[in-house]
Amino acid sequence: MIELDDVSISYGGRVVLSGIDLSVAAGERAALIGPNGAGKSTLLRAVTGLVVPSRGQVRVAGDPLRGLDRAAIARRIAVVPQQVSVPFSTTVEQLVGLGRLPHEDPLRGARPADRAAVASAIERVGIGHLLGRDVRELSLGERQLVLVALAVAQAAPVLILDEPTVHLDLRHQVATMQLLVDLNVRDGATILAVLHDLSLAAAFFPRLALLDGGRLVADGTPAEVLSAERIGGVFGVEPSMVRVVEPALS
Amino acid sequence: MATEGGTLASARPAAGWIGRARHRPIALAAVGFATLVVVIGLGVAMGSVAIAPIDTLAIIAHRLFGLDLGRSWSVSADTIVWDLRVPRVLMSLVVGTALAVAGATFQGLLRNPLADPYVLGTASGAALGAAIAVLLPIRIVILGFGLLQGLAFVGALASIYTVYRLSRIGGLSPLTSLLLTGYAVGSLLAAGLAMAMYISGAALRQIFSYLLGGFDGASWSQLAATLPLVAIGSALIILRARTLNGLLLGEEAAAHLGIDVVRERAVLLALASLITAAAVAVSGLIGFVGLVVPHVVRLIVGPSARLVLPLSALGGAVLLAFADVVARSAGDIPVGIVTALVGAPFFILLLRRSRTGYEL
Repeated sequence: MIELDDVSISYGGRVVLSGIDLSVAAGERAALIGPNGAGKSTLLRAVTGLVVPSRGQVRVAGDPLRGLDRAAIARRIAVVPQQVSVPFSTTVEQLVGLGRLPHEDPLRGARPADRAAVASAIERVGIGHLLGRDVRELSLGERQLVLVALAVAQAAPVLILDEPTVHLDLRHQVATMQLLVDLNVRDGATILAVLHDLSLAAAFFPRLALLDGGRLVADGTPAEVLSAERIGGVFGVEPSMVRVVEPALS
Repeated sequence: MATEGGTLASARPAAGWIGRARHRPIALAAVGFATLVVVIGLGVAMGSVAIAPIDTLAIIAHRLFGLDLGRSWSVSADTIVWDLRVPRVLMSLVVGTALAVAGATFQGLLRNPLADPYVLGTASGAALGAAIAVLLPIRIVILGFGLLQGLAFVGALASIYTVYRLSRIGGLSPLTSLLLTGYAVGSLLAAGLAMAMYISGAALRQIFSYLLGGFDGASWSQLAATLPLVAIGSALIILRARTLNGLLLGEEAAAHLGIDVVRERAVLLALASLITAAAVAVSGLIGFVGLVVPHVVRLIVGPSARLVLPLSALGGAVLLAFADVVARSAGDIPVGIVTALVGAPFFILLLRRSRTGYEL
């Protein structure tokens, strides 16, 4: 579904990603992990077409990304942004409705099918009780679920998340992760997420891809990727601090 | 799942709230159109020369449809109603529409509730252009347009073009860079304006009168140039409402929702600047309409630009035509004073009544 073929990206002469080969199959659930500055967010930006690789190619559902316009990309890939702020008072339903922009008729706006998709996304994510609320009054955990609902309403086969659990307390971290597992297992969404929390990544994702210094240094199951030595080497912590447990869910 | 609170049962009260909110745009449009009719009637009927309402109606019916309502009137009454009052009222509607649509567009594009049509330097550019026109010893009038209108129009567009070009960093104009460049260029132009006013001598009053805004010189020929620009520009902006909706979440999120942000933003900036320039060239600098009207509309119907833009167009027209009626009945004071006097307290009241206020 997502294929990166020898992708390299440099910003002003500084190499951020170098020779990345990564393929995420349809229906897979993979997490990108790695220290700050490893190139995780840049990799997501390459997959969503916001940066163009200086070398190599990105394909989504078989089509080279370079040949697709923004609307075509948005119908294939939904992105859950990190926490956003809206400049004007906006209800939860209105915000989730923005997920239908790639499908809307440019002149007539939302049609009944769009409203149905919004209603079903709201029910799917379980935020019906928040419907008429102003998103700016919600807690960070509730906002995160609203943003996931927005991406679900977008009805794209690929779901991409950039650190979806940052700012969240443990309960909301687990709730968000369980929702992602559910969207993957029940709805067949292909999921690629950047995660900082290795425990959450290991517990909820059957496949981890570890980036370091712009290179893909390991790719496999949590048990394969998260060895104490590798974590110690990549993150620069004492190996004695790291205890790798078997994934609870995979 | 920890999120199972969202059952249909718990969604019901909220759904009712949404159901009511969906009817608001229609109610607001109905109230807007009714007020528009009343304000147009007042605007055409009122003035320093008393003309009976039935005669006013007869003159308009005769001019528009060639109807004879069995009344007779003087040539001067005909001129006052048809050549002075009607174009003036129509011009206030056109300018009100332009300012409110441009204000809603700039607020959405810049994601800033404090933005107005003048935020990126159009006002300073137009004012400097007008001041230079007043100081130049040249008098030309073509189709009702003098040098003042021409230079104000060019000044507004030139200043925003300069701001846009100067704020570009590697092909992109980041929002902060755009706003700060707008402020810097605006300050520079304001210095030029201050200099022009300082050396203007007896012409100072003319510059000052432009700065305060008004529809004294409105004519059919001015309307013939301004109306198409504003109507086409506003329609093209309304057709791009989905871009402004996407930008609610920010530029990157808008791109993920299928919007070509760089191109769409340039197009919307150009269109909003064009209708602002068309408005300020003929009316001077009228404040508050472009800031307040979109906020009032948003507080009633929510943030969707599909509703905010057309309803702001209507609201701007009504507010400015009403303000002009008030300005004329208060001894023909500049309309900008009235919009500030009506707009500012109303805005404060709205902000205090809205539950959440605005995040900046």
